Amino acid sequence: MDKIETFLQSLLSAPGLSGFEEPVSRQIADAWRPLTDELTTSPMGSLHGLRKAASSTPRPSVMIAAHMDAIGLMVKEIQGAFLKVSRIGGVDPRVLPGQPVLVHGRRQIPGIIQMIPDRFLKTSAAGSPPDLSRLFVDTGCTEKELRQLVQPGDLVSFASTPMHHEGGYISGHSLDNRASVAAITVCLQELRRYQLEWNLWCVATVMEEEHLLGALTSTFALKPEIGIAVDVTFAEEPGLKSYTTFPLGKGPTIGIGANVHPALHRKFTQIAEEIDLPFAIETMPRGSGTDAMAIQITASGVPTMVVGIPIRYMHTPYELTSMADIRRTGRLLARFVTSLEEDTLATLFAGGDR
Amino acid sequence: MKNSQPKLQNLRPPLTLLERLSNAVGVSGDEEEIRRIVMEQIRPFVDEVTVDALGNVLAIKHAAEPDAARVMFAAHMDEVGFMLVEEAGEGSYAFEPVGGIDQRQLLGKPVLVGKDHLPGVIGSKPIHLCSAEELHQAVPQTNMHIDLGPGCASKVKIGNFATFATRFQRNGDALFGKALDDRLGVATLIELARLNPGNLEILFAFTVQEEIGLRGARVAAYDFQPDMAFVVDSTPAFDLPMVQEDEENTQYNTRLGGGPAIYLSDAGTISDPRLVQFMVRLAEEHRVPFQFRQPGGGGTDAGAIHLTRSGVPSVSISIPGRYAHTPILHASLEDWKNTLVLLNLVLLHASRSILTPDR
Repeated sequence: MDKIETFLQSLLSAPGLSGFEEPVSRQIADAWRPLTDELTTSPMGSLHGLRKAASSTPRPSVMIAAHMDAIGLMVKEIQGAFLKVSRIGGVDPRVLPGQPVLVHGRRQIPGIIQMIPDRFLKTSAAGSPPDLSRLFVDTGCTEKELRQLVQPGDLVSFASTPMHHEGGYISGHSLDNRASVAAITVCLQELRRYQLEWNLWCVATVMEEEHLLGALTSTFALKPEIGIAVDVTFAEEPGLKSYTTFPLGKGPTIGIGANVHPALHRKFTQIAEEIDLPFAIETMPRGSGTDAMAIQITASGVPTMVVGIPIRYMHTPYELTSMADIRRTGRLLARFVTSLEEDTLATLFAGGDR
Repeated sequence: MKNSQPKLQNLRPPLTLLERLSNAVGVSGDEEEIRRIVMEQIRPFVDEVTVDALGNVLAIKHAAEPDAARVMFAAHMDEVGFMLVEEAGEGSYAFEPVGGIDQRQLLGKPVLVGKDHLPGVIGSKPIHLCSAEELHQAVPQTNMHIDLGPGCASKVKIGNFATFATRFQRNGDALFGKALDDRLGVATLIELARLNPGNLEILFAFTVQEEIGLRGARVAAYDFQPDMAFVVDSTPAFDLPMVQEDEENTQYNTRLGGGPAIYLSDAGTISDPRLVQFMVRLAEEHRVPFQFRQPGGGGTDAGAIHLTRSGVPSVSISIPGRYAHTPILHASLEDWKNTLVLLNLVLLHASRSILTPDR
C-alpha cells in the first residue's frame, strides 16, 4: 500500500455523515495543509484549500470539488434495549441485516443491525426485502444504559473496515466520495512542483447526499470561473453492464451532457489523449447527480465539468474501486490545472458559445 | 495434583482464546485452522490427542482408577460459510452456502476466501440502478457474487471456502463475533480440560461438519463409546423486540443473561431426563443461574451422538446467542461464565450412579 491508499483507508474509517462531516474534514485538512497556501472551513463546514497563482496581478480561479459526506443512519427511537433507525441518504435496506455499525452517542457504541430470524415468524419473509421499520440495532447495552448514552438524532455509521485487494484495489464504505477526495489530494501532490497561472480552490463539500448544500454555498463564496465536480460513478459489476457502467481499473470518466460545459469536455478529453491517460466518456442525458448540479447554477452560473471514478456497489457498506483510477483522476486534474494560462478564459469560452 | 481445582468464583472465561477462535476460519469440511488451535491449546492438559478420518479432534484425559465412567463432552469446530462454485469474470465468483444462511444477511458483507484469507465482498447492486420492482424483492443468493477484485485471479480457485470477515469485539457483557456458534463451545471445552477430577475417563470431541448434518459427532461418539454425553453449543435466543408492540412472543426459547440453557427437547434429541435433573440439581445447589431451552426445533450434535451404537444418554447445554448463522452473533459473557461454572460442577460430580435409576 502506498501513502495515498493509506490516507484513503483512514478516510474510509472515519465517520462523517451528511451534516456531520467534522471527523473526516479534520483528516482531509491535515493532508491538504502542507499542499495549499490557505486552508479554511466555510460556515457550512466545507473545507476550502487554496493554491495561489504565482502572479501578482489578479487571476481567475478554478474550483475542484468532491463531497466528503457519507450516507448512513440516524437513531429514531429507543425501544427497550434496541434502537430503531432512519436513513441519511440513499441506503438500500437490503444491505442492512447483519451489518456492523457504530452508534455515535455520548460515546461510540458498537452494534449490529438485525431483524427477527425467519424461523421465528409465523409466515416466512425470506423472499421479501427487509423493511427498515422492522430492523433494529443491538448494542448489547441495557435499556437503562442506552437511555443514558443515546438519544434520537444520534448518528449511526457503517463500521466497515477497509480492505486491500490483490492488484491495487480497495474496498470499504464511503468510497463514495472519499475516493474523489483522495484523487484531489493526488492532484495537489502533483502540483507541488508547478507554479500556477490560476488560483486553485480544492473544496471538500458537505451534504452532497442531502441537498447539495456544500457545493452550492462554497461556489457562491469562492466565485470560481470554472467548477469541476469529482464524484464516483458506476463500475461494471457481475450482472450489470450497460452504457451506465464503466470498466473498473480502466481510467476515470469524462462527462458529457447539459451539466457539463462542452468546451471543458473537449479540453479534458484532449488532455487525457495527450498524456495517454485511459478514460471513458460518461453520457449524462439529463443531470449528473453530482455537486456539479449545484455548482452550475450558482450566482450567475459557472461552466462545469464532471469527472467520475468508477466504483462497484455504490451506496452499500462495501464499495470497491481501483487505486490506479484514483491516481489517474488526480493526474488528469493536475494536468488540466497546469494547462490553464493567463488568457485561457478568453479562448476557452470564446464568444460565450456552448 | 489434589489442590489443582480452581475455585468456581475465580473462573475466568478465556476471552483471548475465544477471540482467536471467532476470528479464525473453519467452514464445515475445512476445519483445519480451528483444529490447529484446538490441538495446540489442549495438548498440555490431556493424555491423548488424535485426529480421526473426518477431522474430529479426539482428546482423552484418563481416569486415575480403572473402570471409571466415560463422559463425553462435544462441541463443533465448524461454522457456516460459502464455497466458490463458478467464475463470473473480473475477480467475481458465484457461490453456494455451506450450512443454513438466510440470503438476506449476505448483501454488502465482507468475506475471507481460502486458506490465505483473501478479502472479498458480497457485492450489492447500487440502489440508483434498481427498478422499483427490484427494490421490493429480496435478492436471491443465486444472483449474488463474491468479488475479490480483478487482480486476484491466480490466487483463487473454484472450491475455495469462504466465510464472513467479522472481527470479534466486546462491549461490556456483550460479545460480538462470527461463529460464536460454536466457538464458544470449543473454548469452553478447552477450559474444562484444565480440570483434574481424576475419577472420570474424560472424552473431548471437537467435531466437524455439525452444520451440514452432525456428521462428525456420529463417528466421534462411535470411537469414544461414552457412558453419557454433554454437548456444548450455542442456541439461538429469541428475546428480540416484536414487530408490533402488542404482538405476543410465541416463539420465546431462551434469553441473553438467563444463564446456561439446558435443552429438554429439540428436533434431534429428547434429552436424557436423568442428565437434565443432574444438571438442574447442581445448578440449584450451587446457585448457578440457568434456564431451560424451550422445547422446539433446532438441534445439536446430541442428535447424532445419542443414536450411536446401542445409544448414549445425552443432553445439550447452550450459551444463548442472538443471530446465529449471520455475520455477527451476540452472546453474554456472564452466560458464558455461568456455563463454565455449571460444566465444572458436572465434571466434578459426574459418575455412573447418576444413570442408575432407569430412564
